[in-house]
Amino acid sequence: MAILQMQRIMIYSLKKNRKAILETLQRRGVMEVCDLDMNDGVFFKEDTDSQQSSYLKNSSVAAQALSTVEEYVPTEKSVFSSIEGRKPLSKESYYTYVDEVNEIMRVAYEVLGASKKISDAKAEITKQEAIMESLVPWRELDIPLNYKGTKKTAVFVGTFPAEKSYEEICTQLKLQLSEEVDFNIEVISSSPQLTCLVAMCHTDYKEQLYNALRKEGFSNPVVETHLVPAKKAKRAENIIKEANNVIEKNIKYIKSFRGMKDAFAFVEDYFVLRSEKYQVIKNLANTKHAFVLCGYIPKRDAGKLAATLSTKYDAYVELEDVCDDDTPIKLHNNKFSEPVESVLKTYSMPKHTEVDPTSIMAIFYYVFFGMMFSDAGYGLVMSLACGWALHHFKNMEEGFKKSVKMFFYCGISTMFWGIMFGSFFGDAVSVICQTFFHLEPSQIPQIPGITSALWFNPVVEPMQMLMFSFLLGIIHLFTGLAIQAYMHIRDGHFRYAVYDVFSWYLLVGGGILALLSLDMMKDMAGFVLPPVFLNIGGICAAIGAVIILIFAGRESKNPVKRFLKGAYGLYGATGYLSDILSYSRLLALGLATGVIAQVFNQIGSMLGDSIIAAILFTVIFVVGHGLNIGINALGAYVHTNRLQFVEFFGKFYEGGGKEFKPFRINTKHYNIKEEI
Amino acid sequence: MMDLGLFFAVLGAAFATFFAGIGSAIGVGKAGVAAAGVLTEDPSKFGKVLIFQLLPATQGIYGLLVAFLILSNVGILGEPKDVTLLQGLLYFASSLPIAFAGLFSAIHQGKCSVAGIGTVAKKPDQMGKAIILPAMVETYAILALLISILSVFGVANVNM
Repeated sequence: MAILQMQRIMIYSLKKNRKAILETLQRRGVMEVCDLDMNDGVFFKEDTDSQQSSYLKNSSVAAQALSTVEEYVPTEKSVFSSIEGRKPLSKESYYTYVDEVNEIMRVAYEVLGASKKISDAKAEITKQEAIMESLVPWRELDIPLNYKGTKKTAVFVGTFPAEKSYEEICTQLKLQLSEEVDFNIEVISSSPQLTCLVAMCHTDYKEQLYNALRKEGFSNPVVETHLVPAKKAKRAENIIKEANNVIEKNIKYIKSFRGMKDAFAFVEDYFVLRSEKYQVIKNLANTKHAFVLCGYIPKRDAGKLAATLSTKYDAYVELEDVCDDDTPIKLHNNKFSEPVESVLKTYSMPKHTEVDPTSIMAIFYYVFFGMMFSDAGYGLVMSLACGWALHHFKNMEEGFKKSVKMFFYCGISTMFWGIMFGSFFGDAVSVICQTFFHLEPSQIPQIPGITSALWFNPVVEPMQMLMFSFLLGIIHLFTGLAIQAYMHIRDGHFRYAVYDVFSWYLLVGGGILALLSLDMMKDMAGFVLPPVFLNIGGICAAIGAVIILIFAGRESKNPVKRFLKGAYGLYGATGYLSDILSYSRLLALGLATGVIAQVFNQIGSMLGDSIIAAILFTVIFVVGHGLNIGINALGAYVHTNRLQFVEFFGKFYEGGGKEFKPFRINTKHYNIKEEI
Repeated sequence: MMDLGLFFAVLGAAFATFFAGIGSAIGVGKAGVAAAGVLTEDPSKFGKVLIFQLLPATQGIYGLLVAFLILSNVGILGEPKDVTLLQGLLYFASSLPIAFAGLFSAIHQGKCSVAGIGTVAKKPDQMGKAIILPAMVETYAILALLISILSVFGVANVNM
């Protein structure tokens, strides 16, 4: 439970060491670089946009080359490839690759060239196929499609957009032309949408015939060529064949680079690294021979880095404790609560004035998740799956690993509550015993926690579970208030802790005491406090209410305003009521998990006892419980988050801190990490 | 009158599955359309948008849950039991909270999920916040489920 102390770090060094220093910083990944605004004549800034963009271009060329090779020679990926994480890369192989970067880039460009040839050839094939398609109706024609005639004859080759017979065309044309015009029509082919024909006449009547044809809807053929259609089609066929050859050859060529995939992946990463380094250089203040670098570093890492920089690169390092709104926030927690940090992050990082609630939140988080999921079998499945993943994929990404760890602990808690409430895949054990071993309910082996509840069964005693949920809720809310009190007292405002926290303890706690001593609670809660608690509780609540009424509006000087604000503060009691009732979801979701599990068991057992029934039972069991795990784990996760964010954080937490984002290696394929 | 009691109990079970199921179907459907839209741009977000699509699915399951409890209490599933008219009507009344709170909360949770999918499409790192907003709507389905379950349990213990 801590926010790490940050230090502001200034590094002064000679320019000749700049590259080495930046590489060290990037590898260590412990420092956030901030912009140093020192453009004052002595210092100047370097503009690195052009280098950065050229690096990024190289990186994307390598990425494209990689995906091209991947397209033709796919790598076999396991189902779990997405959680495997990046491959680690040793320092030696890093430098071997670096020596070959130019060569790899040359190959990458060749791969892209080959890929372009393939796509060009594919486009050509489409084009030629379209030509061949449109030549089909002209197959019978033995003159070129753009034939215009001889010296004395005019020839029109073209189409009508409808089916027309020879006679139809002749009569239509004759109607439009004068008697002396002599023409000849030859229909090449005819289909419902298209009639292909050749018309000819003496050159003297060329215009007349053409106009007449146009009136009937005549138009020139789509394909223009000086070749006879059959020849043109043949040529197109040849071009396609050739293009196919080109494609085949280039695919083979690309496939020959299958061994280069790792290299392309490396180069993609390498240029991203360099580009990020140049992004940092933009933030430096330079003189002709020296530079200044400024940033934030957690205090625990500062000494070591400073020592390395000053001994190895003759740098002068200045460190200074800082704690203001601009300081980035880095959290530090023990192994048990660290995984829940990611949940806190999805809400907001704490401000530097606040406490890090992770470790307290973690306990409630695991407990609530377990109660909502509350099945020993499901918890076992979840913990085993997470444990297996953690054991097998050691290179998992840091953030993802945290989530897996969190669900591992949640699974353990789920197991615990499952045993407490006596649920193991619902009532699987007794259903199987009854259906397949024909045991009477009394003969079923009694395993506490598996067939019977170790504590109580919420399906049988829902009211007790509801009371327990409310109790946990009250503890949760009061813990939130306690953190607020702690912050007030830490800041030296003991009074505020009394006004804002202890008043509510009195009001809510007193109210609950009084409520529990009412007779009507006997049926609901199963117990009732002696009547004296009604008085004690009432007095406590009254004191609390008065404190809130007087002090909730203490910022206002105007007494009327102050009183009204106090009254409004008192109205916040309704908020506490709804907050506490909100914890009933612990019961509802717990029941949902347990009862749905029983539903599937019962459906499976309906078929009676036979081999086929046993197989069907297994199928229904696996699918049904799988479904139930999926939907209820999601529900438990979402609603545990809600209880933390709305009910718990609402009592003390504001957030709004800036997350610490160190300058580090941000690669896609390889994890280059070692101490230099 | 025995038969009429059974009829009302089954009607209650039908109501719970029927209305809560309709709500979930509408909600999941809406969210699914939005999720598919996001996938056309970025298929790698499948896991994220799927969670949003599933959020309004729970009401249908709650309805099923209550229906199942009623059916097993009145002996449609398992050993047959006698159900009086009053018990049947009480079962019917017990199913109403989840039937209607389920119907409307699922539809509105679906709308909220659609908006959440939009958030995740633009800012994938804001997933945690975007998922809490539809979860707020679910609260009321959970409260309804709670009352329905407690009522069903209670009716089973009432001797009439």
